[in-house]
Amino acid sequence: MLIHEFQAKALLKELGVAVPAGYLAETADEVRLAAEKLGGQVILKAQILSGGRGKAGGIVVADSSDQAGLAATRLLGRKLITAQSGGRGLVVKKLLVEELVPPAREIYLSLVVDRKNEKLAALVSVRGGVEIEELAKSGPQAIKKEYFYPERGLMPFQARNLAYFLDLPDAAYKTFLDYLKKLSKFFLARDMKLLEINPLIIKADNQLVAADIKMDFDDSGLARQPEISSLEDWSELSAEEKRARSFKLNYVKMAGHIGCLVNGAGLAMATMDIIKLFGGEPANFLDIGGGVTEEAVGQAFEILACDQEVKACLVNIFGGIVRCDLVARGLVSSARKIALNKPVVVRLQGTNEAEGRKILGEANLPFYFVEDFEQAARLVVNLSQP
Amino acid sequence: MSILLDRNSRILIQGITGQQASFHTERMLEYGTKVVAGVTPGKGGRLHLGLPVFNTVEQAIRQEAPNISIVFVPPLAAADAVMEAAAGGLKLIVCITEGIPNLDMLKAKRFLAEQGSFLIGPNTPGLISPGQGKAGIMPASIHRPGPVGLISRSGTLTYEAVYQLSQLGLGQSTAIGIGGDPIVGLKFVELLEMFKSDSQTEAVLMIGEIGGQAEEEAAEYLRQSNYPKPVAAYVAGLTAPRGKRLGHAGAIIEGNEGSAQDKVKCLAAAGAKIIENPAWIGQTVRELMTEKKGN
Repeated sequence: MLIHEFQAKALLKELGVAVPAGYLAETADEVRLAAEKLGGQVILKAQILSGGRGKAGGIVVADSSDQAGLAATRLLGRKLITAQSGGRGLVVKKLLVEELVPPAREIYLSLVVDRKNEKLAALVSVRGGVEIEELAKSGPQAIKKEYFYPERGLMPFQARNLAYFLDLPDAAYKTFLDYLKKLSKFFLARDMKLLEINPLIIKADNQLVAADIKMDFDDSGLARQPEISSLEDWSELSAEEKRARSFKLNYVKMAGHIGCLVNGAGLAMATMDIIKLFGGEPANFLDIGGGVTEEAVGQAFEILACDQEVKACLVNIFGGIVRCDLVARGLVSSARKIALNKPVVVRLQGTNEAEGRKILGEANLPFYFVEDFEQAARLVVNLSQP
Repeated sequence: MSILLDRNSRILIQGITGQQASFHTERMLEYGTKVVAGVTPGKGGRLHLGLPVFNTVEQAIRQEAPNISIVFVPPLAAADAVMEAAAGGLKLIVCITEGIPNLDMLKAKRFLAEQGSFLIGPNTPGLISPGQGKAGIMPASIHRPGPVGLISRSGTLTYEAVYQLSQLGLGQSTAIGIGGDPIVGLKFVELLEMFKSDSQTEAVLMIGEIGGQAEEEAAEYLRQSNYPKPVAAYVAGLTAPRGKRLGHAGAIIEGNEGSAQDKVKCLAAAGAKIIENPAWIGQTVRELMTEKKGN
């Protein structure tokens, strides 16, 4: 789970890590007022849950409070499409207004769960403000990594290794070690996946300031992190995504016209892939999961069938824990409720499949049964075309 | 022969009194699997489904000598249950639970390595050696004993693959779900190595998906080991968007890593037969096996 920059900065401040002075604002007037308090010259940062904001125009420097107000009018309410927002625009509703911190130097610091090596890693770079993936390719000698484990945490000698690699001025060295200790403890205590400070600014007076921060938490850890869970922002989710989430359905909206309702993540991906293979475009990823109820199946189906973009649906169920008759009942009651008028290709295999087919067959609704996976995909692609 | 699980395996169920665990324990017993005991702290001393229940794994081992444990314990307690099984000396632990925090798994994996125990999962349907035993939650009826070893990161897609194989008369030696989480136990490489020396296994089917590097590592292993048995591979998620988690905690393309396209490319270069169409999984494995026999 990603949190906003302003939320991450509040958490760091609590820890005792310095961040730029700033205010959160939701209107141009609030922005102007904040800029005045900060002395006029400020940086405005769109608070959306995505990286790549700068390139998308979501970060603006203003020289006066009036200029800040003007820039805010242009930014607030605008949709930003970033390299990471999946083609969808994210509406800017909040701006973080901050003092400009003049850097003497910019460095990079991150803590991450390294999935490939099955370790935790602390990464630093002598160059801040650049994308670390790019730098890893173009200038790997500028990066240093220390692996550590949850049992022992990051050890003091490892922090020293990183600090000396960065060749920090004496006055910044102690603060850096102190920050790294606090941050690595926080990382472990809060079930984080990624904590990235980029850039970490070294000011002329050798003070360290975390100018930009990204925090990503392990979704599976949220059950024991009530404080972090409460920071989740649902407002960036579409209405469909919110509805899916509240019924514990794994749903991701995509750009195509064929709605997919599947049990199991792997089979759901394979269903999207086979649609594409035969010339169609999936409208979504949807895994109804193993513990699904009849009501949730109905909700899932409504999300697809009521989507204006969806021209036809493919239901692909391999019953194991999920029973085909339960899915069939959910489909039928939802289709009746919404007066279904789109073609739906249904493939049911496994637990109680005969019963499921009987329920759908007797419903007198536009359901097409296909037993073969490929035939089902071909048919739904045909039916989706105008 | 099969790998990891055979007719002599003696199984312990951790969390046996839970609803899911009870349901699936009954299915395992119906399949003829030797489930010998269960553990639920606080419920030791009673019988559940006709099986003795113990408070600790240690007690269960002393009384019933299991050699495999299946963990159905809730997410925040599951890593501890896995470590308890390893500390008791069990060499194979299958963790069905979904939603275990990453940090817990990192700890558990290191502990298991010290104890010399293998882990399958978490977030897995488990494994089955058809005709011999079932240590998991997969529907038994679709499986047949036979020559195909199956390793998969998925649940229902594995059932689909097994169904296609069985329809064509191709049975399975052992079918294993390695789990859909970012941090899992045994992966493709270790299991390919086990299938290599298994006399029943004539070909291996790999089912991968987006996220992580397990398929790339498998490709490297196939190349370096000059793998002696034919391998077919399907990778799900060619149409997956970047940066979005698709159902499984581990199914996410992060940065430039983990796309299905990259995985397919590596596996093809390593000599695996790539299955492009998920409806042709069975057919492709059959063709691959006939080709190799003809040579």
